[in-house]
Amino acid sequence: MDILEILLTTGFWAATLRIATPLIFGTLGELICERAGVLNLGIEGIMTMGAMAGWMWVYQGGDLWGGVAFAAFIGMMFGLLHSGFTVYLGLSQHVTGIGITLLASSLSYFVFRMLLPDATTPPKIEPFQPYAIPLLSDLPVIGPSVFTQTPMTYLALICVAVIWYGLNRTPVGLAVRMAGENPLAVEAQGIDVLAVRTGAVMVGSALMSVGGAFLTMSAFDAFYFGMVNGRGWICVALVIFASWRPGKALLGALLFAGIDALQVRVQQVSGGAAIPYQFFLMAPYVLSILAMVVMARRAAYPKALLAPFRRGDRA
Amino acid sequence: MSAVLRLENITKRFGSLVANDSVSLSLARGEVLALLGENGAGKTTLMNILFGHYVADEGHVEVEGEALPPGAPHAAIAAGIGMVHQHFTLADNLTVLDNVVLGTESLWRPWQSRAAARSRLDAMSSEYGLTVDPDARVGDLSVGERQRVEILKALYRDARILIMDEPTAVLTPQETEGLFDTLRRLVERGLSIIFISHKLNEILAICDRVMVLRRGKIVHEMPTEGADRHILAEAMVGHAVTRPKADPMAPGDAVLSIRDVSLRSATGGVGLNAVNLQVRAHEVLGIAGVSGNGQVQLAELISGLSRPDEGSLTLFGETLTHPTPAKVVKLGVGRIPEDRHAEGVIGEMSIWENMISEDLRASPISRHGLIDHSAAKARTEAQIERFDVRCPGPDAETRLLSGGNMQKLILARALSREPGLVLANQPARGLDEGAIAYVHGQLLAARERGAGVLLITEDLEELLALSDRVAVIYHGRVSATMDAKTVSPRELGLMMAGHNPQTGPQGPDNAGAAA
Repeated sequence: MDILEILLTTGFWAATLRIATPLIFGTLGELICERAGVLNLGIEGIMTMGAMAGWMWVYQGGDLWGGVAFAAFIGMMFGLLHSGFTVYLGLSQHVTGIGITLLASSLSYFVFRMLLPDATTPPKIEPFQPYAIPLLSDLPVIGPSVFTQTPMTYLALICVAVIWYGLNRTPVGLAVRMAGENPLAVEAQGIDVLAVRTGAVMVGSALMSVGGAFLTMSAFDAFYFGMVNGRGWICVALVIFASWRPGKALLGALLFAGIDALQVRVQQVSGGAAIPYQFFLMAPYVLSILAMVVMARRAAYPKALLAPFRRGDRA
Repeated sequence: MSAVLRLENITKRFGSLVANDSVSLSLARGEVLALLGENGAGKTTLMNILFGHYVADEGHVEVEGEALPPGAPHAAIAAGIGMVHQHFTLADNLTVLDNVVLGTESLWRPWQSRAAARSRLDAMSSEYGLTVDPDARVGDLSVGERQRVEILKALYRDARILIMDEPTAVLTPQETEGLFDTLRRLVERGLSIIFISHKLNEILAICDRVMVLRRGKIVHEMPTEGADRHILAEAMVGHAVTRPKADPMAPGDAVLSIRDVSLRSATGGVGLNAVNLQVRAHEVLGIAGVSGNGQVQLAELISGLSRPDEGSLTLFGETLTHPTPAKVVKLGVGRIPEDRHAEGVIGEMSIWENMISEDLRASPISRHGLIDHSAAKARTEAQIERFDVRCPGPDAETRLLSGGNMQKLILARALSREPGLVLANQPARGLDEGAIAYVHGQLLAARERGAGVLLITEDLEELLALSDRVAVIYHGRVSATMDAKTVSPRELGLMMAGHNPQTGPQGPDNAGAAA
């Protein structure tokens, strides 16, 4: 079986979409923050928090969609914390973001241990099940792959369209984009820049958190330590790859996930004899670095990214 | 006439600096009021308080008799105040329409009425003669067009009072005329305008009444009818200042020759295209142009920061194939860069460190590869004395200096080496009258001593006062040089906008002939 054959299997495409789902949520979330001018490096921790919070909600007897909403709410609270430091106090977005990641990751492990002190093997929940969309799932190849996913994957795809529309076709989206380009222009039109940025960071963080929740409520059924495993950082890179556009973010997430799904399958086929498996594990990261080098050269950054806005500052 | 706007006893402090000291003013319907003052006099601060960017420490603002809540731009906009900021508040990556409609619709409406907004904007453009393409990206527009967008933004919000903050600073003389036509049309329709400037002739041309601010206080108020330049200039500065004038001198040998130089810009902007020019000893060659037409590239070339793709650069008879900043300085080029803060000095380092930064490898500053601190500080103290840099001492942080004193530091560094060529790029930009007179005097003294001066400036008054010969730079091309005594500002203005006065409008590819 060579690579071409793998590309034609439904299993490969189904896996690609599954692996891409948390990346789609995370990349969209980061994209919204950055479009408003705020880098959110809290993403890795916020995804961990979302993974724990959504799972815990369900484990404590809550409903699955209630868990998603709870994860989104917790993400928003961390977004509020991040914007408190970066938007209102104007502190370094890098340092604050990394601080949020450390805080949120540690806090999620702490809360998990507090609530379940005796668990030795990770306890499980009943996660989201794949839902075959009527008629569409009968199509060959894409039916069993694209249209037989868990509801959270469909939600991610819907989010791409909603966020594209929101950013590009609504007044509030224009305010968000303008806040990332020239905050003074927003203020000069009578809109509160700090409120716009805070709102964007909170919505973005909610999406990141839901991306984390997908891992424990849809992809797996339990919460493990270190399970986010750098996905947040991949999302930060994917935003640049996507040139801050939702459609390209979807494309980037699928590309990365596709390479990841492919390397697992190639590993199995090659039998591990000639090439050490670590090289296959490396492949998606190496290829995304290469893609970044190509794409980032012509990326047009939001001009006010990383620049705090202080009202009444002397120009 | 009834007052549409009243500011009462506005006081604003920034730390120990009093930017506005109990300022009161009123504006009548249909009036154009000039706010005149030097940089740092507090004009922009006052207008930022009026528009709600800043909150005043004391005093209040009334529009049509109603108090305006402080610190709320949306309230100022709702009350009919529109502000055209000196540094435009536009997002370059978005379209004109996006920039105009932001804030005009409720943020929570799930859609935009773009078609309605576009037809309203089109109607306003044609009504006021402010033509601009609603779908153009703002970053692609010229400075004059961007200013039109700023005015349209204010009119779109139904502004009745328009604040124009130094609107002509970036315009060519012709664009300024166009702006004045627009302003007159607006006044006819009952708008009131506050016009901030430090250019006296413009104030006399367009304004009805003038208030002069100095160090945060209103020091003078009069109708422009009957006022003249000298009264206003003295009121603004506080004492009589005369700018030096150049005496005729016979030019000497060429110190700088640029032949057929072309280079591509590293950033993808305008480069240089077949540039020819020559500067001789005992003369000032002035280069006029709207910023962004290749001045940066020309200055970088002569500073040794870039290398020509074609053509040759000759300094003092030596043709440089691989120019570097160190080589250029060593040959005797004194450089006064365009942006004092970004390129001229390192603000976080001390005055003495900045002062000796071109002498790091030379005795007596450098001994056995180490800096001789006492020699460095002694030299700095002597320079501070000679160039009258007002500062606490050589150890003070450079960023704390005022613009004028920072420029004196740069002049001291560049001119004390007695360079044979002085490259002065916008040397008086943002300085007050006293400092401008000082800078001009130093440049003319260098010319008298035997240096050639290449003066790059956007200010035509400065250009014509100092230069022996002038040329215009447009889209990376430098025109033939003209005698400064016979050329008119109008002619220069047309050439700065890309027209050739002999043959009419020309495109960027054929504007300007070789010298």
